[in-house]
Amino acid sequence: MSEVRNILLVGVGGQGTILASKILTSGLMKAGYDVKMSEIHGMSQRGGSVSTQVRYGDKVYSPIVGKGSADVIVAFEEMEALRWLDHLKIGGTMVINDFRIQPVPVNLGMAEYPEGIIEHLKGICDVKAFKAADIAAELGNPKAMNIVLLGALVKSMGGLDEIDWDAEIEANVKPKFVELNKKAFHAGYEL
Amino acid sequence: MKAIMSGNEAIARGAYEGGLRFASAYPGTPSTEILENLPQYGDKVYSEWAPNEKVATEAAIGASIAGVRSLCAMKHVGMNVAADPIYSFAYTGVTGGFVMVVADDPGQHSSQNEQDNRNQAKSAKLLCLEPSDSQEALDFTKKAFALSEEMDMPVLMHVTTRICHSKCIVETGEREEAIVPDFEPKIKKYVTVPANAKVLRATLEERLARAEEYACDCEFNRVEMHSTKIGVISCGVSYQYVRETFGEDASYLKLGIVHPLPDRLIKEFCSKVDKVYVVEEMDPYIEEHVKALGIECTGKDLIPKFDELNADIVRKAFLGTEPEMYKSDMSTVVRPPTLCAGCPHRGLFYELSKRKNLMITGDIGCYTLGMAPPLNALHSCICMGASISQGHGASIALKDAGKDTKVASVIGDSTFFHTGVNSLMDVIYNGGSNLSIILDNRITGMTGHQQNPGTGYTLMGKEAPEVDIPALCKAIGIKDENIITVNPNQLEEVRFALDTLLAKDEPTVLITRWPCVLKKFSPQDIDEFPTLHKSQCEIKQDACKNCKICVKTGCPALISTKDSVSIDRTSCNGCTVCRQVCPFDAIEEVTL
Repeated sequence: MSEVRNILLVGVGGQGTILASKILTSGLMKAGYDVKMSEIHGMSQRGGSVSTQVRYGDKVYSPIVGKGSADVIVAFEEMEALRWLDHLKIGGTMVINDFRIQPVPVNLGMAEYPEGIIEHLKGICDVKAFKAADIAAELGNPKAMNIVLLGALVKSMGGLDEIDWDAEIEANVKPKFVELNKKAFHAGYEL
Repeated sequence: MKAIMSGNEAIARGAYEGGLRFASAYPGTPSTEILENLPQYGDKVYSEWAPNEKVATEAAIGASIAGVRSLCAMKHVGMNVAADPIYSFAYTGVTGGFVMVVADDPGQHSSQNEQDNRNQAKSAKLLCLEPSDSQEALDFTKKAFALSEEMDMPVLMHVTTRICHSKCIVETGEREEAIVPDFEPKIKKYVTVPANAKVLRATLEERLARAEEYACDCEFNRVEMHSTKIGVISCGVSYQYVRETFGEDASYLKLGIVHPLPDRLIKEFCSKVDKVYVVEEMDPYIEEHVKALGIECTGKDLIPKFDELNADIVRKAFLGTEPEMYKSDMSTVVRPPTLCAGCPHRGLFYELSKRKNLMITGDIGCYTLGMAPPLNALHSCICMGASISQGHGASIALKDAGKDTKVASVIGDSTFFHTGVNSLMDVIYNGGSNLSIILDNRITGMTGHQQNPGTGYTLMGKEAPEVDIPALCKAIGIKDENIITVNPNQLEEVRFALDTLLAKDEPTVLITRWPCVLKKFSPQDIDEFPTLHKSQCEIKQDACKNCKICVKTGCPALISTKDSVSIDRTSCNGCTVCRQVCPFDAIEEVTL
């Protein structure tokens, strides 16, 4: 029986991790894996820290990704990467969107946003950091940054090239955004 | 067909397949998506949002008595609201199969308390099912209607956040249509006057005994024998954590019926294993029962009685192992949830935060976040509809004690319809003097934009009459001159209304009417609020003195650093609250 693989998508409420994880889980299901995905809705969505957990393999029991077990963590915001570091498997990859969203305590001067997170994490684990919003903007719309991150995630996980990701994008994205999102996926994959 | 579904989607699908015809609910995390997923089966299933959980339950009970398979759904605390009807409906039993879905929230991801409603299943004497993943959520719900009819008992479907909001692969099936009998009055069964209810009370014991006997041999409870050194009894999502932890090094009694508990089956299972572990979230509900049977077992002495469980906790508790992980000495800053950029509640709470000697009683909704820094303008939150009644008690008590503290109560439109109206009647009837502020953002916000009796639409997308809030307040006794409606984004309007109404020593109502900026605007919204999303604010950096007064509004579109403040164009919705508080006219409104 193959080992269960674990993915965490973390970010800030409103960044739109949902579409990326929807495409991801749908692709994994069609590839014949057992898949579980867990996310928390509700009050935390209003600008709070959010996470989507995806697990796949021959047979998955728990829907939750445990500490020290994520093969890849995709952080849509840099401080969220640091927050979830303890969930990364030893030898796993941290994909980081080089992008900041200031939390309220920082805005109010009650706390300081930690400087140099990406460099700091590079000294600890395998890090792949880039400005996903800029890449998406060059392709035509910064909002496609989630699909850029999805492309990078699929590459980092390895073993998922057999899945027809273009078809999954077509099935889950509004027609007028399909081409943009396909480009975004491949841009992320090629990084 | 194979599909990927959350527990909530699977419950909706299972209900459809099980012949459901009538469903009613009040939204509440983590249960909301159950009803949201029913209109897709609209040709076979009628579904609606009710004003509260009691009403939803009673409507579903009515449908069952009429002979139709029915369902109601709610979050865990909603069951407290619906306790009155369900405790008596347990006595009468059903005609059409009846399922009440109750979603607990271990870990309080989006709730004011953490209550284990398996206790209520026992207390109300309901037949209670508990699925462990989406497939079981679908299968159990589908079978629950026939089971309810067969046992003549309402079924409580007990789920938790991780079941509701986790997606798993499911196999869907076909709908099984149930026959709707012609109505036939059954007075002895359904009229719970004491003479009838006493008989029903006795037969309920018989029905429970029969259900327990059924639970000992049914497909909902499953024994999985592997190593007999350890035997684990578990239910719900906890089963997934123990299965992952112990693998085939233990045997399992996986309970899908958690009330009544199957004594014979439990005894048989425990006799086959060397030691017994009971692993369950929240209360030691099964554990206490097993111990009462005289069986030695381990559970809550090793795992916590509150918060969510996970495989890490179970592994550490029973195997003493912890995963290896990366560590960092750099600390993160907490990221609390906030009122959104452009939220119509911000202007009101900003003005309330400026008031001295004012007690502000709060309620359940996005606006509960008015309590957070920098606004700090909400001082209590207990349960749905409680703001106005708490404010009433407080204002009478403060006045009696000779204090001059004023009281304002804030409540959302949907929460006002839920149970706030009764509270306002209390204020009026008993001569209270708290100011009731109804935050009418034209939708049920926190749970993700559900229609309600004030929005003009139903769950199934039909146009509906709107409750006229000022007229309603007037009808129950608020004087015309004591009702003011304002645009909460206009601080001067809010200030004037607060000054006027707080000066009065009688019941008053302030209505803030402006839509949630995230909602999908209806044609009526666009008509009534033509300036929505038509402008944004910008800081003229040469005029800005970096005084940070705008930041005190708590708007997340304002990005403040040591040297400057700027506005994030991707989040600003042009509410102009920051522009109005700027003392240097450094913020301008830019039309889009």
